[in-house]
Amino acid sequence: MSATILIWSITVAQLFLLAAMACAVARMVLGPRAQDRVLGFDALYVCAMLLLLTFGIRTGTTIYFEAALVISLLGFVSTVALAKFLMRGEVIE
Amino acid sequence: MTHAADLPAWAALPTAFFLLLGSGLTLLGAIGLLRFGSFYERVHAPTLGTTWGAGGILIASMICFTVLQSRPALHEILIAAFVIVTTPVSLMLLARAALYRDRTENNGGVPAFEAESEGTDGEASPKSSDQKQTKGQ
Repeated sequence: MSATILIWSITVAQLFLLAAMACAVARMVLGPRAQDRVLGFDALYVCAMLLLLTFGIRTGTTIYFEAALVISLLGFVSTVALAKFLMRGEVIE
Repeated sequence: MTHAADLPAWAALPTAFFLLLGSGLTLLGAIGLLRFGSFYERVHAPTLGTTWGAGGILIASMICFTVLQSRPALHEILIAAFVIVTTPVSLMLLARAALYRDRTENNGGVPAFEAESEGTDGEASPKSSDQKQTKGQ
């Protein structure tokens, strides 16, 4: 019983997160200006991190957690670098 | 899926609830990101996924691993704290960069330079105003 609940909720959650990633990719492709694309990329890596966490719950291992931690760390750095590039025209001055 | 049968029903139900809550809120935020009209409306939408979206899925993961390993699994707090700290910083930097670009390109609908106190914008304007005109997108 609990296995059925867990499997179905994880499947539905993964489908929701995939749809969210598709929306973010659509914003990256459509985005009229560069800041919209960066915003779509920001939402995309957050959704990918959450998808990795749901994979971790599905398989019962904590390996996926470390991948999610690395994604959240590097995604922040990349978003800040892209925002600085949009503002100043270069990243490291 | 061997571990899913080990999880008792009183732990599987909150796990399922928080998983669906978190992923549903993330999907709502992404739909808002797709459908809002201007950038300054769009910048609010993904925060739904990074606050309760990440929070719900991390709480579900904490419940699942705490019950499975029969000891407190608290390493998800690391991701939660990091996401909560970094999301406002990155989105605020992005919004300020977008505001700066709109001001230098004289797009309508944004407050002018004088409307706000001069911080980093004031010293950045003479240096890179010529680059912004050529770059466009």
